Amino acid sequence: MKDGELLSLSAVELGRAIKEGKTTALEAVWAVLSQMEQSERVCHCYVTTDREGALERAREVQKRIDAGELTGALAGVPAAVKDNLCTEGIRTTCASRILENFIPTYSAEAVLNLERAGAVIIGKTNMDEFAMGSTTETSAFGVTRNPHNPEHVPGGSSGGSAAAVAAGECFFALGSDTGGSVRQPASYCGVVGMKPTYGTVSRYGLIAYGSSLDQIGPLTKNVEDCAAVLEAVASHDPKDSTSVKREGTDFTAALIKDVKGMRIGIPGDYFGQGLGKEVRKAVLNAARLLKSEGAIVEEFELSLVDYGIPAYYTIAAAEASSNLERFDGIKYGYRDESAEGLHQMYKRTRSKGFGAEVKRRIMLGSFVLSSGYYDAYYLKALRVRAMIKKAFDQAFARYDCILGPVAPTTAPRLGETLSDPVKMYLGDIYTVSVNLAGLPAISIPCGTDSRGLPIGLQLIGDCFQEKRLIQAAYTCEQLLREQSAGV
Amino acid sequence: MSRLYETVIGLEVHVELATKTKIFCGCSTEFGGRPNSHTCPVCTGMPGALPVLNKKVLEYAVAVGLATGCDIARYCRFDRKNYFYPDNPQNYQISQLYLPICRNGYVEIEGEEGEKRVGIHEIHMEEDAGKLIHDEREDCTLVDYNRSGVPLIEIVSEPHMRTAREVIAYLEKLKLIIQYLGASDCKLQEGSMRADVNLSVRQVGTAELGTRTEMKNLNSFRAITRAIESEKNRQIDLLEAGKCVVQETRRWDDAKEVSYAMRSKEDAQDYRYFPDPDLTPVSISDEFLEEIRARQPELPTEKRKRYKKEFDIPDYDIDIITGSKRMADIFEAAAALCNQPKKVSNWLMGETLRLLKENELDPEDIRFSPENLAKLILLTESRAVNSTVAKEVFEVMFREDIDPEKYVEEKGLRTVNDERALRRTIEKVIADNPQSVQDFRSGKDRALGFLVGQTMKAMKGKADPAEVNRLLKELL
Amino acid sequence: MANIISDETIEYVGILAKLELSGDEKEAAKKDMGRMLDYIDKLNELDTAGVEPVPHIFPVQNVFREDRVTNGDESEKILRNAPSQKEHMFVAPKTFSQE
Repeated sequence: MKDGELLSLSAVELGRAIKEGKTTALEAVWAVLSQMEQSERVCHCYVTTDREGALERAREVQKRIDAGELTGALAGVPAAVKDNLCTEGIRTTCASRILENFIPTYSAEAVLNLERAGAVIIGKTNMDEFAMGSTTETSAFGVTRNPHNPEHVPGGSSGGSAAAVAAGECFFALGSDTGGSVRQPASYCGVVGMKPTYGTVSRYGLIAYGSSLDQIGPLTKNVEDCAAVLEAVASHDPKDSTSVKREGTDFTAALIKDVKGMRIGIPGDYFGQGLGKEVRKAVLNAARLLKSEGAIVEEFELSLVDYGIPAYYTIAAAEASSNLERFDGIKYGYRDESAEGLHQMYKRTRSKGFGAEVKRRIMLGSFVLSSGYYDAYYLKALRVRAMIKKAFDQAFARYDCILGPVAPTTAPRLGETLSDPVKMYLGDIYTVSVNLAGLPAISIPCGTDSRGLPIGLQLIGDCFQEKRLIQAAYTCEQLLREQSAGV
Repeated sequence: MSRLYETVIGLEVHVELATKTKIFCGCSTEFGGRPNSHTCPVCTGMPGALPVLNKKVLEYAVAVGLATGCDIARYCRFDRKNYFYPDNPQNYQISQLYLPICRNGYVEIEGEEGEKRVGIHEIHMEEDAGKLIHDEREDCTLVDYNRSGVPLIEIVSEPHMRTAREVIAYLEKLKLIIQYLGASDCKLQEGSMRADVNLSVRQVGTAELGTRTEMKNLNSFRAITRAIESEKNRQIDLLEAGKCVVQETRRWDDAKEVSYAMRSKEDAQDYRYFPDPDLTPVSISDEFLEEIRARQPELPTEKRKRYKKEFDIPDYDIDIITGSKRMADIFEAAAALCNQPKKVSNWLMGETLRLLKENELDPEDIRFSPENLAKLILLTESRAVNSTVAKEVFEVMFREDIDPEKYVEEKGLRTVNDERALRRTIEKVIADNPQSVQDFRSGKDRALGFLVGQTMKAMKGKADPAEVNRLLKELL
Repeated sequence: MANIISDETIEYVGILAKLELSGDEKEAAKKDMGRMLDYIDKLNELDTAGVEPVPHIFPVQNVFREDRVTNGDESEKILRNAPSQKEHMFVAPKTFSQE
C-alpha cells in the first residue's frame, strides 16, 4: 500500500488492512515516520520520538498478529502519547525544563492498555507545560503549530496530540483533559476528542495537574476510532483509588446511526455574547441535522455557566500547587547547582525549572489554600462545584445529551492569547464545567470558518453515558459527511 | 519570686503500625536492608504515582480507637499537609486533619492524686517520612526512603497531664494497650513509638493555659522526663524574668540536656491542608465496626480482673504479669498446658524477671515458648528433674528456647529413679562415712544433710533429694 | 482591581511555593494574582449557604489494598533519575543546623 493511501486510513481501517494482509505494522510505522519528516518541521507535534523502538515494536506486533495472538482493532496501529503520560524508558517531560531529562521507571496504565491492544507508540507529543494552557505555547520546547494553518495555534493543552492526528503523524493519540485539554485542541485541529467520565481511564502514571479533574482521553480521526481507543484504554485499575469499576465499556457497540427520540438539550447560555458567529452557525447546523434525523432538540437554561471558570481555576490551581511540590531537584529532574543550602536550592530549581504560566498557577493555588483564605476561596469553589454538578443532574433528568460549542472561536493566531491570562481562561467557558462535574463529553468537527479553520461541536453526556454520547456523535458525524457530500 | 506554677502537658504520640506493607503501596515495612531497597514510585514520590490505602491500617486505627474509648468516625478522609523537606518525597504528607478516624477517647492512669483519666483528643492515620543521614565528609544530607510511607497513627491527648510521672504512666498505658492489640511493638528506642511533648506553665489557680511549646526528638522515657523538667524550668525562668514564652517547636538534645528552637524564616508553618483528591473517603459501617470489636483481644484491665477471679496468685504478681502482653500470653498458654498456674507464675516472677534484669531486657523480648515452660514444669512435677537441674535448664531455655525434655535427655540430666542403683550408692556412702553415720545415730540431724549431699554428688545431681532422704533413713 | 496584592503577600506565597521571583516577575505576579482573584471573587455572587463542599465528585468510597507485599527492590531504577546519589541514597543539600 502506498504511503498516501495508507495515511488516509482511519486507525480502525488500518488495523483491518493489517489483519487482511494488505499492509503491515512496519509499513504503517514507516509511513508515519516519513510523514513526520515532512510535517514535523512545520508543526512540531512531538517532544520526543522513539523511531527505533517503534520499528522494533512494529516487527514484534506484526509477528503476533500473524500468529493470531493479537486480534484487536488497534493491533499494529501507530499511536502518539501526550508527554505527561509516563512511558517506561522513554523520556517524559510534561514539556517542562524541570523534567527535561526524566526517564520514568514505569508506564502509565493507559499506555500499558494501548500496548496490550497492540498499538505501536511512536513518540511523546508536545503540550502546554504541565497541561497548563490552551494553546501549547507554554511548552518549554517550542510551540506546536496548527496543521490547518501554521500561523495558528493547535489549541491545548493536548495540542501536540491533536496536531499529530490532524497532520497524519500518527493514527490516533492520547491526551489528557483537565478543563478541556482534549476537546478544545481536537476542535481547533478538526479531529475527534473525548473526555470520558472521571474514573473511566486510570490516572496511574498520568503526571497530575488537577487530580480531581484530570482524565485521559483519545484524539482520533473519527468517532469510530474514538470508540475503539476508549474501549482499549478504559479499565478498572486497583492502583488508582479513583478508578471506577463499571460495566458496558464495549463502546464500539454504540456506533449506530440512530438518534430517533433522543432528547438533546441546547443550553441557551452557551450561545451568548462571547460566541463567534461562524461557530454558532456551524453548531446550530449540526443540531438541525440531528433534529431532522428524529432527535428531540430543544433549548434550555443550564445556569451557572459563568461560574465554571472561577471555580475551575481555584480548584485546579490549588491541587496543582500541591501536585507540583514533588519537583524539588532531589529525586529526579532539573536541579540548580549554584544554590547554597536547601531552601535556596528548592527555590532556584523551581524558579528556573518552571515556566511563567506554571508559576502563576502554583502561586495562585498556594494562596487560595493558605491560612485565612482556605474557606473563602477553596471551600467556596468546592461548594460552587457541587451546585454546578446539581445543575447538570437537573439537565440530565430531561435530556440524554447536551449540545453546544467547544470553544467560543476557532484557533487563534500564535501569540494572541498568551499575553492576558484571564482572557485565555475565558476560552475554556464551555469545557471546564464538564470536568467539575466529572461528566463525559466529546468534540467532533462540524465545519470550518471562512479562513478554513475547523470548528468543533461538543456533546456532553451524563456520567457513565459514553455510549449514548458516542451514538449521537457517530450519527452527527455521518449526517455532516452526507451534507457536505451533498447527499 | 517564688510564685507557684503548674505545668500543663499534652502529648502527640506517633505509633508505627505492625503491618507487613506501607500505608499506600505494596512495599515491605521490614527494618534493615540496603537504603532505598523498600521503595517504589509511590513512596518515592515519582510523577504519576498514586496512593491506595492499606486496609490493615484502618483496622488497627479503629482497634486502638475502640480500646481507648474513642468515638469512631463513620466517615473520614485523608488530607494533604504541604511542606517542603527532603524526607518527604512528595513534599506533602498524607495525613488527616479535617475528619480524623477517632475522637474523644481516654486512657486511665495512676496519676499524682490517684486514678485519673487522660483524654484523647483524636487519633489519625498518616504516613511516616524517610530517613535523613548527615554526610560529614561532603557536608550534605543523604536520603533513604525505606521508612517513607510506613503507616503511623498519631494519638493526640488533651492537655491533662501535670508531671513527668503522669506522662510516663500515660505512655506506659498506651504502649500496653497497643501491644495487647498487636498493632505495634511500641519501642521508643527504635522509633516505633515517638512522643512529642506540648508543654506550658501557668500560675496555680489560673484558668487559662499559658503559651505552649512542642518538644521533639525524645527517644526514651528518661529523655522525656529530663526534657519536661528542663522545659518547665526554662518557661518559668522566662516568665519570672518578665519575658514571654514563644510558641515554637524545639528539639531536645539528650546528650547536652538542652533544647533548641527549630526556627527558620523559610518555614511558614502554614501547611495548606486540603482533602487529598487521590484517595477516596472511608465510610465505616456497623458491620465493619462489629467485626473489629469482635476481634478485639482482652485488654489489660479486663485481663487483670479475670486473673484475680480465676487464679490463686498474689495481686502483685498479676499486675506484673498483665503488665506485659508477652508475659500474659506465656502465662495463660503455659498454665493451660500444665494446669499449674501458680508454678508458671513462680517461674515468671522469679527466674524470668531475674534473668531479664540481668540481661537488661524488656519482657516483650522473652524468647522461650509457653510450651517449653510447661514441659519444664511437668518435668519437675513428675520429679524427672530436681529443682537445681530445672533452674539450669531454664537458663538455657531463656537464652535459646530449647525443648527441656530433649535437652534433659541429651545431657543425661534425668533424675535416676532406679531404686536398686540408688540403694547401692547410698550403701557405699554409708560405708565410706562411718563418722557421719555415727553422728546421725547419736542424734545429730545435720549429719543426715551431709550424707544426702554426698549421695547427690555421687549421683551427679540426678537423684530426687526426697527419695535420697527416705532411703537413707531406711538404711540407717 | 479590587484585590491589591502586597509585596509581603507575594514574598509569603514565594516561601510557601518555594519560588524565587525577580523584581519584574514580582510586579507581574502581583498584577496577575490580583486580576485572577478579582475574577474568582465572582463566586461570591452565589449564595452557597447550606451547600456541602465536594472534594470528590463521585461517591466512590472504601478503596483498599490488602496488606500483602507486592513490590520488589526497584531502587536501582529509581535512583537512576537522581541528580546526585551516594551510597544508594539521594543527595540533598544539608538540612539540619543547630543555632
